[in-house]
Amino acid sequence: MNAPIKLTEAEQALLLLGSDGEASGILRERGLPTRRVEAWHYTDLRNLLKSIPTGSQLDTGDVDRLLSSYQRLTHATRLPFVDGKYIADAADETPNGVLVAGENAPNLTPAADDDAIGLIGAITGAKGVSIAIKDGVKLDKPLGLAQVIASSSFCSTAHTINVGKGAHVSFIERHLSGDGITGQGNAITSLSVGEGAEVLWAIVQQHGNQCTHLGQLNVDLAADARLTILILNCGGKLVRQEVHVKSNGENSDLEILGVNLVGDKTHVDVTTSLLHNVPNTNAEETFRNVITGSGHGVFQGQIRVAQPAQKTDAQMACNTLLLSDEAEFSAKPELEIFADDVICAHGATVTDIDDEHLFYMRARGIGETDARALLIKAFVDEIFDDLEDETFKGALVGLIDDWLDRNG
Amino acid sequence: MIEIKNLHVKIAETETKILNGLDLTVNAGEVAAIMGPNGSGKSTLSYVMAGKKDYEVTEGDILFNGESILEMKVDERAAAGLFLAFQYPVEIPGVPTMNFLKAAMNAQRKTRGDAEYTTPEFIKRVKEAAGNLGISMDMLKRSLNTGFSGGEKKRAEILQMSLLEPKFCVMDETDSGLDIDALKVVADGVNNLRSPDRGFLIITHYQRLLEHIVPDTVHVLYDGRIIQSGGKELALQLEEHGYADVIANAA
Repeated sequence: MNAPIKLTEAEQALLLLGSDGEASGILRERGLPTRRVEAWHYTDLRNLLKSIPTGSQLDTGDVDRLLSSYQRLTHATRLPFVDGKYIADAADETPNGVLVAGENAPNLTPAADDDAIGLIGAITGAKGVSIAIKDGVKLDKPLGLAQVIASSSFCSTAHTINVGKGAHVSFIERHLSGDGITGQGNAITSLSVGEGAEVLWAIVQQHGNQCTHLGQLNVDLAADARLTILILNCGGKLVRQEVHVKSNGENSDLEILGVNLVGDKTHVDVTTSLLHNVPNTNAEETFRNVITGSGHGVFQGQIRVAQPAQKTDAQMACNTLLLSDEAEFSAKPELEIFADDVICAHGATVTDIDDEHLFYMRARGIGETDARALLIKAFVDEIFDDLEDETFKGALVGLIDDWLDRNG
Repeated sequence: MIEIKNLHVKIAETETKILNGLDLTVNAGEVAAIMGPNGSGKSTLSYVMAGKKDYEVTEGDILFNGESILEMKVDERAAAGLFLAFQYPVEIPGVPTMNFLKAAMNAQRKTRGDAEYTTPEFIKRVKEAAGNLGISMDMLKRSLNTGFSGGEKKRAEILQMSLLEPKFCVMDETDSGLDIDALKVVADGVNNLRSPDRGFLIITHYQRLLEHIVPDTVHVLYDGRIIQSGGKELALQLEEHGYADVIANAA
């Protein structure tokens, strides 16, 4: 038994938020992870998380007005959350074949010693919704989980989503807050994709400039299932988004497309782990990152191929534009392969804007500032090129444009 | 229209001199051709005129309608009406050609104080110009020059030239990498733009292009200077005897 550590202000506050269970004991013993913990090497949570906000001062009468102040990204069936609470009264009517239950309190246990987000969820008694999509249901509108942080509160959510066999459905998990709000979200989602189902899961994180977002998406992918995970980070002060996918059924197909826009004095970390347990599964992940000012971006991509998982095809690419001398990006690919007949590749590039591109555009009369903006936009917009929902695609491109206007 | 006076240029980061006192005048309505062996400074001249920062002018001047352009930015020169058709047009993934064309046309109009084109106006102009060059609208939806064949890239350059309506066009080895059919399309595109108030500087290795774009004057560039000037017959002479005679005479 180690000697007890001296808890930080944030760790003490977290313990006060929850009941004194096993998870609290772990935090008390180990504290939040520091850079000495491999999975948190570039995001020293213990030092970065200075304090925990005290609680919601939400007046429930404001909820409607609050929600209406955020423009919808597309024609989604909206399930709203304010300060971590599901607001069933303000939810759109759910279509046939979709069951939404408001009081979901899964029994969370951290997945591993370094699973700080799971640990925080467990300590703080995370609650959320459970959504079940019946077998074969095909939805023409996405389901939108709009999570607004409206006051300086700590919002601990946990959702459980089950998509039935052969169902086709899109989800938009959206995180919102206004500038100046020092809220924090710890958002955990467990997603189970049934056999032959086709799912798009989009995470659109557009918090204000003072918010902290710790997100974790845990996916279980069945045979013949197709899943696209789309991530747009265009806000927040301290952000860590984890995606953990287990490919547990043969012929499953996973695509992860991400854009991380990291502004001055912000820290955005995307950490993914893909575990291939069975033969014949595909995974492809592509990230484009733009870092300005003294922003720090992080990508950690882990691919693990278990011994039986022959014929795995896993590809990972991470391309970054650094737009200032202080901008920083840390990329860490990790491959752990126990099968001998697999294709796994990873590549990371960090560049500035290409001078030849810039010269060509300026030689056609486009001013330097506009030419740079067009090139940056091209670099990230490309990621969303193949999205079928044109309205949603347009909204994402709009969010990118807004960000570039504010940070370019 | 263009007066290049005693131009000395070196590569900015080294002491390598490329142009050594180049003098050249091209009048409005004139098509001037510059020919010269590899390494004589042909492409450098085109880049310096466009304003590429890799080169440093150590002496001399370039006047465009009587005014020096050396202090002007790359995009200001373009907006003033100077156009460079690139030898190797740059591939820019993610920027649809249509968006690029619109940005370029409107940026130039804005700089000149003209109203920006509306989308229907713009599309009408592009359709017309593209049709003349055998460019499909599908091609224009693709990323700029990305995956275009050599011929498509050069045609796209001519398309840009005709849409931007420059006053003076520098064409850097526009014939390189073109088969004879593509060469004709490109040459026709240039010939259609010839007008009494527009000048051209055609940079080429070979007489071949000049059979289709017949120049008014031909200049031989060697070792960073013009060593001989003449009419279109000079190009034929070079084709027949090579550069050796001209170089020997100049020495």
